[in-house]
Amino acid sequence: MQNTLGTTVKDFREPQPRGVLWFDPLLLLAALGLIAFGVVVIGSATADDIPGDKLYYVYRQVAYGVVGVALMMVLSRFDYSRAREWKAGVYVAMIGAILLTFALGFSARGSKRAIDLGFINLQPSELGKLLLIVALSGFVVDRVRRLGEAETTSRIMLLALIPAMLVVAQPDLGSGMVYLAVAVAILFVAGTKWTHFAALGVLAVGAILLVLVAAPKAGVHVLKDYQVDRLTAFMHPTDNPRKQGYQINQSLTAIGSGGKSGRGDKATQTKLNFLPEHHTDFIFSVVGEEFGFVGAALVLSLYALMIWRALRILTMSKNLFGALLAGGVTAMLMFQVFVNVGMTIGIMPITGVPLPLMSYGGSSVLVTFMALGLLQAIYAQARQTARAKGL
Amino acid sequence: MYLDSDRRPTLTPKLALRIAILGGIALVAFSVVFFRLWYLQVLSGDRYKKEAENNQQREIKVEAPRGEIVDRDGRVLVDNRTGLAVKVTPDKLPRDPLKRRDVYRRLGRLVHLRPKRIERAVAKQLKALPFSAATVKQDVSDPVVAYILERQEQFPGVTVERVFLRQYPHHTIGAHLFGTVGEVTKEQLDDQRYRGVNLGDRVGQSGIEYQYDRFLRGIDGASKVQVDALGRLKRELTVKQPKQGRQLRLSIDLDLQKAGQQALAGGTGRGAFVVMNVHTGEVVALGSQPSFDPNIFSKVIRASDYRRLQDPANGAPLSNRATQGLYPTGSTFKLITATAGLQTGVFTPDTVLFDGGSLTVGGVTFKNAGGGGHGALALRQALTVSSDVFFYQLGRDMNGTLRLQHWANLLGLGRRTGIDLPGELPGLIPTPRWRNRLFKKHQTDRPWSVGDNINLSVGQGDLQANPLQLAVAYATIANGGNVLAPRIGLRIEDSSGRAVQELDAPPARHLNIRPEFRQAILEGLRGAASASGGTSAKVFAGFPIPVAGKTGTAEKGAGRPDQSWYVALAPYPSPKYVVAVTDEAGGFGADTAAPMARTILAKLFGVRGDKARKGGPSD
Repeated sequence: MQNTLGTTVKDFREPQPRGVLWFDPLLLLAALGLIAFGVVVIGSATADDIPGDKLYYVYRQVAYGVVGVALMMVLSRFDYSRAREWKAGVYVAMIGAILLTFALGFSARGSKRAIDLGFINLQPSELGKLLLIVALSGFVVDRVRRLGEAETTSRIMLLALIPAMLVVAQPDLGSGMVYLAVAVAILFVAGTKWTHFAALGVLAVGAILLVLVAAPKAGVHVLKDYQVDRLTAFMHPTDNPRKQGYQINQSLTAIGSGGKSGRGDKATQTKLNFLPEHHTDFIFSVVGEEFGFVGAALVLSLYALMIWRALRILTMSKNLFGALLAGGVTAMLMFQVFVNVGMTIGIMPITGVPLPLMSYGGSSVLVTFMALGLLQAIYAQARQTARAKGL
Repeated sequence: MYLDSDRRPTLTPKLALRIAILGGIALVAFSVVFFRLWYLQVLSGDRYKKEAENNQQREIKVEAPRGEIVDRDGRVLVDNRTGLAVKVTPDKLPRDPLKRRDVYRRLGRLVHLRPKRIERAVAKQLKALPFSAATVKQDVSDPVVAYILERQEQFPGVTVERVFLRQYPHHTIGAHLFGTVGEVTKEQLDDQRYRGVNLGDRVGQSGIEYQYDRFLRGIDGASKVQVDALGRLKRELTVKQPKQGRQLRLSIDLDLQKAGQQALAGGTGRGAFVVMNVHTGEVVALGSQPSFDPNIFSKVIRASDYRRLQDPANGAPLSNRATQGLYPTGSTFKLITATAGLQTGVFTPDTVLFDGGSLTVGGVTFKNAGGGGHGALALRQALTVSSDVFFYQLGRDMNGTLRLQHWANLLGLGRRTGIDLPGELPGLIPTPRWRNRLFKKHQTDRPWSVGDNINLSVGQGDLQANPLQLAVAYATIANGGNVLAPRIGLRIEDSSGRAVQELDAPPARHLNIRPEFRQAILEGLRGAASASGGTSAKVFAGFPIPVAGKTGTAEKGAGRPDQSWYVALAPYPSPKYVVAVTDEAGGFGADTAAPMARTILAKLFGVRGDKARKGGPSD
């Protein structure tokens, strides 16, 4: 197969030479390690949650994991570059799915985030993370020669802002922030000028001040009160330890009490339900309490490994689209890990961002595995290209 | 097909820089997280561990029963029963104020309390003790409890708990002694007396319960339990058993107490009596009429009941007339007048004075109560026949000095006796200074005159004293000059009755009263109860125990019946007991009080089949 420049590109779908791995084993190892450890932690955290069914969450998370790994394997064999042509469709599908949530979604704890598909409660806002990466990468590649123009940056940010506003309205503040972070990362990898980022930074600060300070004074409440409380509570957790500060304080107590090596079965913060959302948003606190510093460090090391491999794949990518995809996925993972872990250790506001592969939840697990599958595809095709070039 | 722009065969330096920046951001973020985790888990781990422990552990108070109160023979006077108290656990109440009020309304209908009152009570208790249950009603009947337990969904946050309540098996007998138990007040918590008491604990608030609270009070146990975030009990971690309070043995004799109260109830319905050992000051019986059943206090008492128990129109059953009465004592005071006169040399036991039936001083004539005169007589005879004119002369002669008042005070009047029952009143010995001050303030129509001292000499006029004070004064003459502090508490025991601590008699004040004076007075009193012409001789005719005693008939102003008094010392000649009895409207001492005293003495000395006869109307 020859491209326009006359170089020969070997079809990656052809039988691979023996002895060469067409996926990144370290990335796979990190992913499998995290999902496995996550299942163990969910198992011990939720043993008493549903009477008579100790393994309720475990079974489900294992099932999501199996399906997720399968999806990852399928996607790793996928000629991702094709997705570039579908960018508009992908984008429209994403917006449609998010809008569908408003119509069909069911309410859980005051927010409409998921659509009941029978076997899974699909959260379009989770899937949207990946779809947005694909769509934005496509749009950026189209305008790669006009990256220096402010219009490009504005357009891309606007494309991210629309779904972000929609999911914030669900309300799902965390996903909205992931969208923006992903957009910034894609622009960053693409090579947008520093001045644009500076301008975006100023805008962001302005927007935060407007939402948190100016608008409430004018009587407009962009965020729900509880969201504002949660966002600001981490700065003064002891102010109201029984209300806004409750989750943060219980989480800090859980993690701190784990000490060096954890409390194991005596992890009362988790077992006695003092720690809210212990199998979803606050699963890292459970790790901290049950397995201590050692366990927390292990989990963080696995994430570090994953991000390192993701960044490496970004450098390897055979084309810009792949690099942007890898950059978006890396940003998505990094942002979620740091915001989630940061929230459990009290250095970030509580925003309801799941911990990738560890938090219980089908949508998040599947989407993360799909994102990793994309990375593997980029890796495999990069290796193939390099091989073909004789590198 | 790939576009040209798509191709990026090599890693440009620009991209490399950007990726390096991304990696740098990740590195910094990981470092921050690691250091934060190090700080939380390794450096502050112990502190958070403690916090986690506190989080899941609750201490539940296990109330200790109070000690029992028994009589001198170990018979139970006050013990405990378990009752069911309705409590409200605040964090399980509905959060919605309207729904919460609904629960209060339903509960109020059930336990007959106004919802507002429940709400206020709960709010008050919660302010003091934020995480514990607040008591709504102390003693609730089984049907009400069953109703609540069967309809828990209608009563979220309402629980039923077992509590110890005081029980008085003999009902009205000894009611005035025991006092009440109630929740400790804010002021009391600051008091050293209540060290170790926590808010919400119940302590003695009056009577013996108050006086000996630190012994009767038990030591609450505690059960440490593990709870989950919703406060649901998971398991018991440790238990500290509650320790019942000490048993208190009183000097009271239940049978005598009963007999005394019965005798009193046979009178006009208002009065008091005291039986005391003249050597030790141990009170063997002490009662006040009308009485009440203290069992009503172990429930939350209704305001209307409480008003009824304090209403003077009902005789104010709650007041203890034996220690709080403010009465003129009539002729029973003559013992004091005699002692004062003898000790200050105004006369001797053999000084003969003439009783012509009346004495005129400063234009006012003071008559004998009986009307007629007793002729020439000395102290013994004067006491025996209760000659007023004899003592009028002593009173007249001691006017201008404070000898009478001084000796009355030395013998225990006008001051508290020091009995171990809180709430006793000192009474009043009228003095010129007291009356003149009142006169200056226009609270009385005239200043002090010799007539006041004459009235005082026979226990009339402004004198205010109670039966216990008289008992102390008579005991002083009987025991050789020791002014005793009466006492009811005998010793502290463990639950099986073994002595833990003897409650020593408080020190007595000693008065040097010459033996021949005491002898003369006692002989005079003995005559009164035995010699022909003795004021109470007829009452005690045929009584097997030799008694010395003095009648008293106190005038209480126009239109009101006289108050009947009797103070007896027995057995003569070396008395062991003093019995003081009064009936507020009993008339002549020999008519009402003396027969009551005989009944009491009969019980005291085990005289069987004794029937007191009424004496003649002489005083």
